[in-house]
Amino acid sequence: MSFFSDLDQVFVLLQHWIAGLFPVWLQPVVATILGVIAIVAAFPGIFAVTTVLERKGLGRIQNRLGPNRVGPLGILQPVADGIKSLTKEDIVPLSADAVVHFLAPVVLVVAVFLGFAVLPIGRNMVLADLDGGLLFFFAIGASTELSIFMAGWSSRNKYSLLGAMRAVAQMISYEVPLLLSSVVVVMITGSLSTVKIVEAQGGFTGVLPHWYVFTPWGFAGFALFTVAALAETNRSPFDLPEGESELVAGYFTEYSGFKFALFFLGEYLGMFSIAGFAITLFLGGWGAPFSFLGFVPSWAWFFLKLLGAIAFFIWLRGTLPRLRQDQLMNFAWKFMLPMALLNLLVAGAWRFMGEGWLRWVIAIVILIGAYVLLGRTLMRKQKLGARSYRYAD
Amino acid sequence: MIGGLSIVFLMTALLTVAGTLAAALLRNLVHCALSLTVTFAGLALLYLQLDAQFAGFAQILVYIGAVAILVVFAILLTRGAGIPEYRSYGSNWFAGLAIAAAVFALLTWAVMKSFPATAAVASSPAATVQSIGAALMSTYVLPLEIVAILLTVALIGAVIVAMPEAKVSNSLTEKAGER
Amino acid sequence: MTPLAAFLIVAALVFAIGLAIALTRRNGILVLIGIELMLNAANLNLIAFWRFAPHPEALIGMMFAIFSIAVAAAEAAVGLGLIIAYHRHSKTTDLEAMTRMKG
Repeated sequence: MSFFSDLDQVFVLLQHWIAGLFPVWLQPVVATILGVIAIVAAFPGIFAVTTVLERKGLGRIQNRLGPNRVGPLGILQPVADGIKSLTKEDIVPLSADAVVHFLAPVVLVVAVFLGFAVLPIGRNMVLADLDGGLLFFFAIGASTELSIFMAGWSSRNKYSLLGAMRAVAQMISYEVPLLLSSVVVVMITGSLSTVKIVEAQGGFTGVLPHWYVFTPWGFAGFALFTVAALAETNRSPFDLPEGESELVAGYFTEYSGFKFALFFLGEYLGMFSIAGFAITLFLGGWGAPFSFLGFVPSWAWFFLKLLGAIAFFIWLRGTLPRLRQDQLMNFAWKFMLPMALLNLLVAGAWRFMGEGWLRWVIAIVILIGAYVLLGRTLMRKQKLGARSYRYAD
Repeated sequence: MIGGLSIVFLMTALLTVAGTLAAALLRNLVHCALSLTVTFAGLALLYLQLDAQFAGFAQILVYIGAVAILVVFAILLTRGAGIPEYRSYGSNWFAGLAIAAAVFALLTWAVMKSFPATAAVASSPAATVQSIGAALMSTYVLPLEIVAILLTVALIGAVIVAMPEAKVSNSLTEKAGER
Repeated sequence: MTPLAAFLIVAALVFAIGLAIALTRRNGILVLIGIELMLNAANLNLIAFWRFAPHPEALIGMMFAIFSIAVAAAEAAVGLGLIIAYHRHSKTTDLEAMTRMKG
């Protein structure tokens, strides 16, 4: 058994060993730098794998093969993509605002990497155990909106500006349901620290874990958080700001070469960090799904869950059509916000009702009733009558 | 440590003051708004150095995530983003500058007179989020409710003030709706 | 630990520059930016005094600063709404042109 607990903590032990080679006053700095190097190495690596998985996955959903030229089954495609984007000419429009144009991808990537600092990847494996870790993550996520605006405005291009405005409006609208659906978890756990949230989901009743997703308010919160997360990272079906068929490429039309690769990297890493947060808040973080599987290392569980979330996002991208801007905003303000507020109420009632089947029944009835009522109210204005055809005579 | 001040503090203070000066002196309005964002970030770092974690993160979330974007949207909606049509500085700019300099001199004199440069250092306070939450719900519940009402009223008012007036429907749109 | 006077002088500097922006620039939005800077400088003062006070666990300064952040955000929203409404009416944000109440 000691082998498995060592395997679980192998990265922590490695970090301590390497830091031990340095003098005492330098050790905290070295330990932190090692953690940063691990994050900077691991997550762009996952990004490279994801680009291949996404293109092949989308290809299969759309009944075609994905990239299959570079390397066996196309696995080395990210290498080819990387070389291409590094060696492409960096074109900056003449009337573009040079300083802001240059800084926009930098701000995006810095903000996104900062968000990984409070993500607990395994047992004892978080870079910064902040007391307000969740607040830090959402604050940094709010800063990415500004970089998108900088990118769109500095290009001096109508399409870029339009795409940037749409993206910022969408991100601001969906930030409120995102925050409210995570406040439920904070309320029940009693702490904003991500480490404590994961530890609070660590127990098992029999074989089943105490993950928050297995409670009614947790399931509703998880659904709301996932939808809002998709919208925050401009991921399909909310990818109108970068809709290729509409706005050329939206706010990064005027970017080429390495800066475009940085935007791409920033967007995908944002998706990973917010998927990681969904896992931390609702799916038990690095915890095992069954009590007898506890010997598998905690970081392995986290990455398996992350892979599952990424596969789910790719699946959604290939399947659902794009939402229009007004449909998007209606959905955020008229459906998700009331549901998130009601979820808060239900979670509060859950907390104070004590164990038993009564609170399950009440919670499920309120949530499903609200879902049906809100859905009906939103659909009221649209009269879906018989289809009528108009011919061009 | 330079003259009793840590390097981190000096860099953060320099960043904040540079952002403020840039917001004062730049002519392009969007650049001013972006340097305002840099100032907000510098101030958040100063809060973190003062062990006020919650205030620092709330500063980033509210100011950079909301107020800066609001300012930028307002600049775009009032067409201020291009070349300015009028001069940047008012006609009595010297009086304004003199007043600001006088205020700064007064404040600095007051600070230097009251506090010796090396003040006693308090131990790090435990301003955990839990204690803030408990304080908000017990001692400060009345200000909390009043601020909630204030925010609601202010935002409804802002929306009503900035809303375009309802247009009179003309006959063309009515005819189109009939079909 | 950085002395209290250093934080107060930084806050005074930001306040003075914010005041200069509000008094000298012609664009209405820049005046609002100056006002936000002044409020931020006051917040820094509050947090600095809270940290160096004899009883920081009473959280008075921190609470004051948090409420100040909330109120400043609301005030920025209303002020910018006013500027937008005025611009819609008279197509300018120049404060020196806003000399009449009529029209």
